[in-house]
Amino acid sequence: MKTNLYSSGQNTSLVLLRLFIGWHFLYEGIIKVYNPSWTSKGYLLSASFLKPFFGWLASDSMVGIVDTLNIVGLIAVGLGLLLGLKIRWAAVGGMLLLGLYYLAHPPFGGMEQGPVEGSYWIVNKNLIEIGALAVLYQFPVYTALSLENLFSKKKAETIAS
Amino acid sequence: MSKEDSLFNLSRRDLLKSLAGLPIVGTVWFAGAKTTVDAKHEKKYLLEKLNIKAAPPPPTGPMDGAPIRIGIIGFGIRGEQLCRAIGYATNEWEEAMKEAAAKNPNDTRYKEFKEQENLNIKITAVCDVFDYNAERVLKSFSSADNQVKRFATHKELVNSGTVDAVIIATPDHWHAPMAIDALNAGVHVYIEKPMTHNISETYALRDAVLQTGKVLQVGHQHRQTQSFLTAQDIIAKQILGHVSLVTTNTNRNDDNGAWQYDIHETASPQTIDWDQFLGSAPKVPFNKEHFFRWRKWWAYGSGLSGDLLTHDYDRLNCILKMGIPRSVMASGGIYTHRDGRNVPDVLQVNMEYPDFSTGSSQPAGKEKGMTFVYSATLGNQFDRPTYLMGHDGTMELGNTVSIYADARSTRFADMIKEGRIDPYTPIYQYNPSANATDAVTSATAKYFANKGLLWTYRDGKRVDPTFLHMREWLSCIRNGGKPSCGIQEGFEEAISAHMAGLSYKIGRRIEWDPESEKIIARPGEDLDAILIANEEKVIV
Repeated sequence: MKTNLYSSGQNTSLVLLRLFIGWHFLYEGIIKVYNPSWTSKGYLLSASFLKPFFGWLASDSMVGIVDTLNIVGLIAVGLGLLLGLKIRWAAVGGMLLLGLYYLAHPPFGGMEQGPVEGSYWIVNKNLIEIGALAVLYQFPVYTALSLENLFSKKKAETIAS
Repeated sequence: MSKEDSLFNLSRRDLLKSLAGLPIVGTVWFAGAKTTVDAKHEKKYLLEKLNIKAAPPPPTGPMDGAPIRIGIIGFGIRGEQLCRAIGYATNEWEEAMKEAAAKNPNDTRYKEFKEQENLNIKITAVCDVFDYNAERVLKSFSSADNQVKRFATHKELVNSGTVDAVIIATPDHWHAPMAIDALNAGVHVYIEKPMTHNISETYALRDAVLQTGKVLQVGHQHRQTQSFLTAQDIIAKQILGHVSLVTTNTNRNDDNGAWQYDIHETASPQTIDWDQFLGSAPKVPFNKEHFFRWRKWWAYGSGLSGDLLTHDYDRLNCILKMGIPRSVMASGGIYTHRDGRNVPDVLQVNMEYPDFSTGSSQPAGKEKGMTFVYSATLGNQFDRPTYLMGHDGTMELGNTVSIYADARSTRFADMIKEGRIDPYTPIYQYNPSANATDAVTSATAKYFANKGLLWTYRDGKRVDPTFLHMREWLSCIRNGGKPSCGIQEGFEEAISAHMAGLSYKIGRRIEWDPESEKIIARPGEDLDAILIANEEKVIV
């Protein structure tokens, strides 16, 4: 059994955080998989920051690849976090995706925000989720929700000792 | 830990904890898939129920054969746009667009112009009373094998034998006289809106078209806009039920929109044939403002009722085919541009159609009649969409089309009760630009785009509807057929606009007698004289 030196409350909190973020990513990915008319084009074209870059991603030759990579990325990160496989890889992938979402529509003063459900300045939910994934990267807890745990008892025991 | 209790050397509890992610993945996956697939099924069910066809019309005929020789009469703002639509741009425009494209790679106006289909035409002649305009045509449109010829008058041009067809983009008071002369000379006509400037010439022009059999197309290019064709199908399928009210609007708040066009620096009595510009208008001394900003005076133009109401009227006439109203009441004033103009800049027009119906989902005879409202101001540019308001639904119309079911609809009552339709969410949306992007630059351009006047789409590609409209005209000349805005549509547009102008000027309800096809005048009343009278309102 992979264990670590945190209290059970700490472990539970970290696993819950991983569950929530994994759930969020997986659901976002699945919604898009089953909706073939979904495309990131509108989001990219309405970018308020780094317009040339996002405009290029939205171009006819790129947008198909971008859409596919986004969906695959969302599902892979979601599965990684929910199943506890390659948690650190998933955290990095998730941060990259969120970083792109953040940069396309950053809540900087004076920039067009588009439809948002709250009030944000510099920090928004994307940025907070990036922070949460950074925590998971630093503390990839395997005590629960972890297939990796099944195969790495030895390693875990070493950590525990 | 006993051997029996473990797999992978884990206790059963730890094993379950490790595997707990799997059912969560399954649940989330199932929930996401179900939500999306259910929504898709609902959408499909609704679309099948509504059965709206957004298919484009078949393309107009081939452009083969000898090039059609075209004369341009009036090379001002609109004349230049029309020439560009058929492939002739001035050198100045091409330079400006190349520069714009170099600065902004997303500016594809020049590229689109260059990629436009060759319509196999030749601009061979020009007539413009302003030297600068005529010379621009001669300089830009002449080539080694085609020297464009300038004519001093339109009569000389249409009788010169150098043109098969003319484009008329002059001030309103010249539209009909020129078109009639052209038709009588055996020349086809593309004429800008409003088709005529007064009532009597509207009949004369209709006679000329019917007698000569030449092709006349009125410049209401939005008839080519695909959203309007989709809207026609929605009306034909009676999705809105009985439409009792249509509201259309013009909102502009800039100088260009208020017809405060630039006055060219070279304008003078030496460079402008002033007498010819005046034509039938009252003789007044040379006046640059009258020349460049002619839309502001009844003597040459027709203000909101002729310039902008006609767009909205024809847009709806193309969808509803409601024809000439039984009566019109209009009121308004000069409230935002008190600069010496005498056409109103705020105008409200109510057109009554007591016998018109788009169909009914209720007991026979309960519903009949419709009011068409046009509301305009040149002092505010808040975008007010066009609404067609029926008992069963509302259509919001622009370049996109949205349909909302009415909460009290008869037709959709069951589906609303079952929760399959939410009256506040569109049950149908047609957005031809869903896969394309527009780069409309100014507020006025955006206004036109929204009205379906600027762009339409064919096979997902952005196309200028003016190009399609002129192509259709050329195809009718070459291959036969009826243009979509021919003399009947133009007749209805002109009479309806004149009724609005008359009601504004006289201050009473103006009635139409469909039997005799006449606007009803009171004894001794000369409606034409009242309509084009160039003073402030005659009677208030």
